[in-house]
Amino acid sequence: MRTLTYAQAIREAHAQLLALDPRVFVIGQGLWSPWYAGSSLEGLDSEFGCARMVDSPVSENAVTGMAVGAALAGLRPIVFHPRMDFMLLAMDPIVNQAANWSYLFSSKGGVPLVIRAVINRGGEQGAQHSQALHAMFMHVPGLKVVMPATPYDAKGLLMAAIKDSGPVLYIDDRWLYGESGEVPEEPFTVVIGEAIVRRRGSDVTLIGVSWMAAECVRAAALLEHEGIDAEVIDLRTLKPWDKELVAASVSRTGRAVVADGGWRTAGASADIAVEVTERCFHDLKAPVVRVTLPDAPAPANRSEELVYYPGAEQISSAARALLERIAKRAAA
Amino acid sequence: MKNSTGWLINRWETMTLIRHAEERIAGMVESGEVGCPCHLYIGQEAIAAGVCAALRSEDTVWGGHRSHGHYLAKGGSLAGLFGEVLLKATGCAAGRGGSMHLAAPEVGVLGTVPIVAGTVPLAAGAAFAYKMRGEDTVAVAFFGDGALEEGHVHESMNLAALYRLPLVLICENNLYASHLHWSERRAADNLYRAGEFHSVPGERVDGNDVEAVYQAARSAVERARGGEGPTLIECRTFRWRGHVGASFDLDVGVARRGELAEWLPLDPLQRLTDQLTERGVADLTLREQAIDARIGGAMEAACAH
Repeated sequence: MRTLTYAQAIREAHAQLLALDPRVFVIGQGLWSPWYAGSSLEGLDSEFGCARMVDSPVSENAVTGMAVGAALAGLRPIVFHPRMDFMLLAMDPIVNQAANWSYLFSSKGGVPLVIRAVINRGGEQGAQHSQALHAMFMHVPGLKVVMPATPYDAKGLLMAAIKDSGPVLYIDDRWLYGESGEVPEEPFTVVIGEAIVRRRGSDVTLIGVSWMAAECVRAAALLEHEGIDAEVIDLRTLKPWDKELVAASVSRTGRAVVADGGWRTAGASADIAVEVTERCFHDLKAPVVRVTLPDAPAPANRSEELVYYPGAEQISSAARALLERIAKRAAA
Repeated sequence: MKNSTGWLINRWETMTLIRHAEERIAGMVESGEVGCPCHLYIGQEAIAAGVCAALRSEDTVWGGHRSHGHYLAKGGSLAGLFGEVLLKATGCAAGRGGSMHLAAPEVGVLGTVPIVAGTVPLAAGAAFAYKMRGEDTVAVAFFGDGALEEGHVHESMNLAALYRLPLVLICENNLYASHLHWSERRAADNLYRAGEFHSVPGERVDGNDVEAVYQAARSAVERARGGEGPTLIECRTFRWRGHVGASFDLDVGVARRGELAEWLPLDPLQRLTDQLTERGVADLTLREQAIDARIGGAMEAACAH
């Protein structure tokens, strides 16, 4: 199969959606400039015209509201937020309008809207250019939240999101844009709500999403060198997340590390950890542990960034500590 | 241009329907049969009736918390309104929202929701969709004077002017946002000029004069349909009842009590009734009875489940 980068896969999904469905259009900031979307939208304005690739003024609230209204009037908009931080200005159309509307007026049809948000952190950009706010949106009934970690899922989940009758928040991560992987050329969808096992293992389950799912795969490779056999689950969809697949895995391994690129308190990791504990309590050999950002705004300084963002090292250490803890208890 | 007697009777019927339906709802609020918050439109009926008279059936309207009138004037089902206010499955939103959440897309009421000015960007988005599809449909956003204090209304005006969207912005200035008089919220009484900076022309009309409202709306709708972009119309009016609930809202101060006494004689419905009587229309009582019968039937249908 052909190989694409994550950014190319996002671009291809857009191109195919625009070509296949005249109702699809994209609106948001930076559509005509590589500064905002990297190569993920490159050339689509000249290919499909600026009337369907609308580079808008910085009016996040009204632009997102317009996308909701256009969806209700029969189009299939993708509203683009090149930095998730700025999307906070659009909380009303996302939460009050799109999400609640899909419940309130479900008897009158849904809100077929894709909200695309980019996590764009690191690089000494500081606290207001670095936030991964997925947990805030995961909290809201009526919103689906997808977070692809691979080029295959980046394409398949975007194509699934646009076909969905309700509002879907599609969050991609600039740190993944260069990752390569096999992607079918033809249009395809990845089922929203289905996680995937990236690596089979029997000692511990590593659970992640988006960038942290990729870090879990790397952590499993580190652990393998030490004879620890980790199973890796990439959630792919954060809301609704695949509780059955995760619970089945943890029930088998008896140990779970939840890795998330968001903050710890009331974060995605908190929901996953408590759900795993509720479902797998009697099979757990140790408490569920979490690897997250500290409860602090993102630093700007490079050396502080290196400490702030956890990755494969921290995930593998957490897994190792879980197994050592059990070994100690067995010896005692 | 003088409107025909038949045209005026149609407006009178719409306004009477809104007035009587809302009085019925007010009674149910007072008796406790209706529990959800109801923001009554009584006193402002000429605006919904005048604007909707300028629209085609496929044109769409968007509203806010005080939108019973918009919903009915655009042709929303009366039983659907009563059912919704009573939170029954017969409601237009299947009883999921109540008075503040109305929709009847089959007649162009795309939605009314209570976040102040929440539907203004949505109306702009619908207008964007009509333009993109090459249709000459128009979207109308109804909102109150308080809405112009929300930033996204200004963002929406800029976007609508920039993209020349077929959008009509109806600001119903009833002088109060909740309990605050305009003078407690703004330094100048100039809402119709709010679009100037965004290249949205504005006009101020007597919102209690259905013909004046219609005239302004018709020009704005024609302008929108012709691809010339959005227009803002400030309709001056007064809310008779409280911000929410059935009372006459005499609790917000002496000044307000004086204002209500000034505005009651300007009743838009009575003005139209007088006009029609002058023109020799003699069957208004019969027509009123027919409307009341319709209201009774709709209430029965709403409560059938």
